[in-house]
Amino acid sequence: MSVFIGMPGDFPTNAAKAVQNSQLRYNLRKATHTIRGKRATVVGELPDWPELRAAGKAIKDHTLRHLDRYLVQLEEAVQRAGGHVHWARDAAEANRIVTDLVRRTGENEVVKVKSMATQEIGLNEHLAAEGITAFETDLAELIVQLGDDYPSHILVPAIHRNRAEIREIFLRRMGDAPRDLTDEPAALAEAARLHLRERFLRSKVAISGANFVIAETGTCVVLESEGNGRMCLTLPETLISVVGIEKVLPTWRDLEVFLQLLPRSSTGERMNPYTSTWTGSTEGQTFHLVLLDNGRTTVLADEVGRQALRCIRCSACLNVCPVYERAGGHAYGSVYPGPIGAILTPQLRGLGSDLDASLPYASSLCGACLEVCPVAIDIPEVLVDLRAKVAHPRAERAGMRAAGWVLAKEVRLAKAQRLATRFRRLAPGRLPGPLSAWTDTRDLPEIPEESFRDWWARQERRGEGKASS
Amino acid sequence: MRVALFITCVNDTLFPGTGKAVVSLLRRLGCEVDFPQAQTCCGQMHLNTGYRAEGERLARRFAEVFDGYDAVVTPSGSCAAMVREQYPRLGVAPPPVYDLSEFLIDVLEVEDVGAAFPHRVTYHPTCHSLRGLHLGDKPTRLLRRVRGLELVPLPGAEECCGFGGTFAVKNPAISAAMCADKVRNVMDTGAEVLCAADNSCLMHIGGTMRRQKTGVRVMHLAEILDAR
Repeated sequence: MSVFIGMPGDFPTNAAKAVQNSQLRYNLRKATHTIRGKRATVVGELPDWPELRAAGKAIKDHTLRHLDRYLVQLEEAVQRAGGHVHWARDAAEANRIVTDLVRRTGENEVVKVKSMATQEIGLNEHLAAEGITAFETDLAELIVQLGDDYPSHILVPAIHRNRAEIREIFLRRMGDAPRDLTDEPAALAEAARLHLRERFLRSKVAISGANFVIAETGTCVVLESEGNGRMCLTLPETLISVVGIEKVLPTWRDLEVFLQLLPRSSTGERMNPYTSTWTGSTEGQTFHLVLLDNGRTTVLADEVGRQALRCIRCSACLNVCPVYERAGGHAYGSVYPGPIGAILTPQLRGLGSDLDASLPYASSLCGACLEVCPVAIDIPEVLVDLRAKVAHPRAERAGMRAAGWVLAKEVRLAKAQRLATRFRRLAPGRLPGPLSAWTDTRDLPEIPEESFRDWWARQERRGEGKASS
Repeated sequence: MRVALFITCVNDTLFPGTGKAVVSLLRRLGCEVDFPQAQTCCGQMHLNTGYRAEGERLARRFAEVFDGYDAVVTPSGSCAAMVREQYPRLGVAPPPVYDLSEFLIDVLEVEDVGAAFPHRVTYHPTCHSLRGLHLGDKPTRLLRRVRGLELVPLPGAEECCGFGGTFAVKNPAISAAMCADKVRNVMDTGAEVLCAADNSCLMHIGGTMRRQKTGVRVMHLAEILDAR
């Protein structure tokens, strides 16, 4: 994973900046709480939700365990249906494959279906450098693209924008936007619709991702709300789908589980408006499937971390995360923000940069993400596991070692407590160094006259209690 | 039944009153309480911050110290969840730990502990009690039976207060923003006392409320249940 998206600092620095932006805070709070509420309602209607969730987890785990077999089965099925399969080890390879395929058509414009995988590899930027223009057709991705901006949410990438800002972006960057455009949602949608219709009719090449690919038939599946994806999937003469290798499902039957899990978890709908499926090449359309690794096999090799590959990109974890709600998506510096991004990005990119090393700490471990995850990814477990792999700051390491030494023997702890008690009157109101972060906004508790263990020992000696120790 | 108290390092050092309340309450209910003095810490801070070796050492020590007890009662939902959920992953057999309210309701089978506390109280369920131990309404069932206590619901109760252990100092801006919302919700209830079953969260919320001079007190559940 090579593409950097969002803010340049480490997470705490980015988040500290973002949290000051009151407009962003308001937009995020409103949007996440609305989707959160809708999700809770439609999930609550299904008495068999826990079973569905367990089934989703089991199917994904099974598929990942036998991924080698299912990928080969998928390749054969796609080829049988007249499609072409390409294997991409990393972002560079995938970008090169797609660029060559587009070049071969003689076109220099493509329309795009909303896709996380192509954002992950920075496809649009790569195509632009090769003289090919990619037009996003998902409304929110269009807003982001026209605004020279970055997506800040997996499902609703323009969540950080409100309608006044969108109107302003359209007027500035969308050539055919009406001059009297208002910020009414219907007016904004209509302007985008007319703008995009032109592109759909003109474009000969489309690029998509896929939510699922079925190994037994070679069928790709995309779930969407607007129908713009379907325009891209059906009209152009060439369709190129870039799909992460973890998106495979063994059979059509498995899809039944995920068609229930995904819409309810993502948009909070019982069913999404458009579900498109396509199998191989058809009359008038040549199909290419680019299967993308880009770090996924490394994740798969990690016993704890591999559960992140079960992710179906629903964003339920983002919408319940108190940290995401206040920091926003850009602070995570990746196309995958929020709790899932905090475990996926450092695994795909490694823990080398300050930003990526800070992501496993971008959580209070409150567990809200695990509770809503439709495939039961234990995000807190993976976060804690990643924290053990991060290179820790020297001062922190020294402090933790010292604390470990004190806590290793009760006599040391008792001595430390008595020392604190003796000097309790001298306790500062502000702590030094990194600990000043505590006293910046909070008072310290008073150090008691006596620790619990000393009290216990004293009352034991007096024979007051009935306890025996 | 051999009942041991696991006080937790934070309570031992900073909140001995909570430990005294647990001892007094359990004795009143007819339990013999032991305090194994070799205990120190469950290892949560080290493990959750990424210091596995130190954390594992503390976890093994914990399992040895509390070996042989029928029940280990602790006034911290977070430490109880740590032992129960994370020890097995480390290959450490977890001793039978109970958060205080779990022990009262599930083991002793009491709801009315004979307490009286004539104040307006709101309850913050804390993340690890709620989503780790799945305590549900156990703590509030106990509070509802306290004489004179008026329990007012806390809006957004299930949302994290922003403590999160070292998160509070590693991501101070977000932690403080989360706490600001929690404090506003507490203030909206008009409660005199904010109660929880974890002094770490209360240290964070209480420290913020004191800095803001809100006048709202924080109290551990054990101290309210021990009040007469």
